[in-house]
Amino acid sequence: MADQTLPIPSPFEVPQTGTAAFLEWLHDWFVTVDHKKLGILYVVYSLFFLLVGGFEAMCIRIQLIIPHNTFVTPEVYDELFTMHGTTMVFLVGMPILFGVANYLVPLMIGARDMAYPRLNAFSFWLTAFGGLLLYFSIIGGFGLYGMGSAPDIGWFAYAPLTAKAFTPGHNTDYWALALIVSGFGTLGTAINIIATTISMRCKGMTLLRMPLFVWLMLIVSVLTLVTITPLTAAQVMLLIDRYLGGHFFDIRAGGSALIWIHFFWIFGHPEVYVLVLPAFGIASEIIPVFSRKPIFGYSAMVAATVAIMFISLGVWAHHMFTVGMTSVGNAFFALSTMIISVPTGIKVFNWLATIWGGRIRFATPMLFALAFLVQFVIAGLTGIMLSAAPWDWQLHNSYFVIAHFHYVLVGAIVFNIFAAIYYWYPKVTGRMLSETLGKWHFWLFFIGFHLTFDPMHVVGILGMPRSIYTYEPNRGWNTLNMVISIGAFIQGIAVLILVWNMIRSHRSGEMAGNDPWDAWTLEWATSSPPPSYNFATDPVVRSRRPLWDLKHPNDPDWKYEP
Amino acid sequence: MTTTSVPIFADESWRLPSRGTVAMLSLIIGESAIFTIFVVAYIYYIGRSVSGPTPKILDIPIFMTVCLLSSSFTIMVAEHAIDHGRMALFTAFWALTMLLGIIFLGGTALEWRHLIYIDHLTIRTNLFGTTFYSLVGLHATHVIVGLMMLSIVLVFTLLGRINQSHAERIKVLALYWHFVDAVWVVVFTVVYIVGR
Repeated sequence: MADQTLPIPSPFEVPQTGTAAFLEWLHDWFVTVDHKKLGILYVVYSLFFLLVGGFEAMCIRIQLIIPHNTFVTPEVYDELFTMHGTTMVFLVGMPILFGVANYLVPLMIGARDMAYPRLNAFSFWLTAFGGLLLYFSIIGGFGLYGMGSAPDIGWFAYAPLTAKAFTPGHNTDYWALALIVSGFGTLGTAINIIATTISMRCKGMTLLRMPLFVWLMLIVSVLTLVTITPLTAAQVMLLIDRYLGGHFFDIRAGGSALIWIHFFWIFGHPEVYVLVLPAFGIASEIIPVFSRKPIFGYSAMVAATVAIMFISLGVWAHHMFTVGMTSVGNAFFALSTMIISVPTGIKVFNWLATIWGGRIRFATPMLFALAFLVQFVIAGLTGIMLSAAPWDWQLHNSYFVIAHFHYVLVGAIVFNIFAAIYYWYPKVTGRMLSETLGKWHFWLFFIGFHLTFDPMHVVGILGMPRSIYTYEPNRGWNTLNMVISIGAFIQGIAVLILVWNMIRSHRSGEMAGNDPWDAWTLEWATSSPPPSYNFATDPVVRSRRPLWDLKHPNDPDWKYEP
Repeated sequence: MTTTSVPIFADESWRLPSRGTVAMLSLIIGESAIFTIFVVAYIYYIGRSVSGPTPKILDIPIFMTVCLLSSSFTIMVAEHAIDHGRMALFTAFWALTMLLGIIFLGGTALEWRHLIYIDHLTIRTNLFGTTFYSLVGLHATHVIVGLMMLSIVLVFTLLGRINQSHAERIKVLALYWHFVDAVWVVVFTVVYIVGR
């Protein structure tokens, strides 16, 4: 029997000064293989593109604020919504969630780094250059008008619009190549996370003692393996068509546009779960800590997530009810889509049961997590509505669908990303984010979110189609569109408050200490920010809440574990 | 801050799976999905070409197939040899594995040459050409990547840098080679048996 001490000791690192120190610092960020620095790079990169994608959303909303507006030309409008969608999914959603996982998974399982640190760096730079390649299209992709143009094919890029005959120039090629490059980056990270969680756990960290965030990232990574790769394969086919004269999606030569739609959504629907499951993981870490109770139904949560992973692979064609499938096909995909709400419902009830009877602290991370719960339930309900094929025939490609998936992507995922930023920022930087600015951020974003996306359901039911450049004034959509746009601007202001909060608190925030939230997982056992080796001595774990055991030696969790 | 002592139970045995095997299996799952998409496209487009040659022109590449599949056995012998530290046997069978892989690639090259110059089938001729060259080419690419990795090991073996302690890494690499062989079974069945 040996002894371990809390906090796990970490010697001081002597800071450098002088001009050479800056170059040293810069060089260090470029060549780093440290999972924490790469995690920070991922998050900063994604936040930059969040601002870019947000700017594009603002332009879209300015264009739609009044009927017959001409703020941008129709061509630019097509580019705006294509780039907004592609940016938010591939350059914001996935990198930020994999970045948070990069930072947290080794810390949470008591490891010193990922299983493959150099692969980790390689994956990040692939992802980063994929993003740059996409935006390089604006200067490099000589388009239809002899000048650079961004992709304008919609984020799902349906054939045959992507054929050389209909989209000349190189912007579509930039789009396909950028997604292939960043796709390989994502694949590398997914492999790395799986190998890390399976093979790098500290002593005593059995699978069923892992924090739920780690569990969900493991499942997400497995799902990513079979989700990103079909997209890569389809993009390769598209490039074969465009460059080598192939006929995969060439209708004149017997090819099929339909098969692209299938391939895209075989990727596209599980992708939603690749994005939302890490968000569930974040909520599953934050809600117990701020309710002062252990998570309710841990093993049910794990089982439900595994169920979601498998079912999510069999629902893709609910994006295709209007394509004209057989009745059997429609019924199958409607039912499989409805079934997925069962494990999801299990999760919602587990979070509610965790909060129930808890001593709730309404700090900013918890506010975002609670708003997520409410909004996610609404998003799930509109999802069930859309899963009924006849309802979908009515509302397909309308703003109702836009409202539904923004409720998931913003209401669930972005809210949890913000919760994660407020929750783990003290660990990453050693300083707290300002709670006052945090509350401003939350309430403005919450109000802006509902002003934007609640009326979108209504204009959708009133018949406003997605991706339209402008609309007639006599449709009854004017007031609603005005409200939607105003809500979008409020959200924009809220995000700028977050950026300001992060910059300001980095310099002058209150010192956080090792464990500002009195939490229970291993990342809070080391100093803030953690040393490059994470833990001076390898931690040993005997229950799901190792820090609870350390703080309460008289009443440790492991006494109650089977 | 106060420090607390925590009891550590040093006698508990704690073994985790090899990270190499886990990562390689993950890669194989991902690669399988890529192949699945190409195989589905191939099957979906069977008989849909509107003009040009049909799969009837394909000859069943039995010799190539025998070579590639037996390379799985030779690499297994090599794995077994390095496990027991018999480096001469390992080198011989590793080189034999590579030779079989190279013969397979040579067979593909001759087959493609015949198709292009005699049957006038290229990737842009018709749907059959597009799907055939992309699926068989995707597999050939994997054989080439596998041969590159095998040759790195061979070079280091001939330099005397590989020994029994590398057995686990060798096995991880061999896993990839087994996958390349197993995929050929699927591609062979789909292209040369079902598709013809």
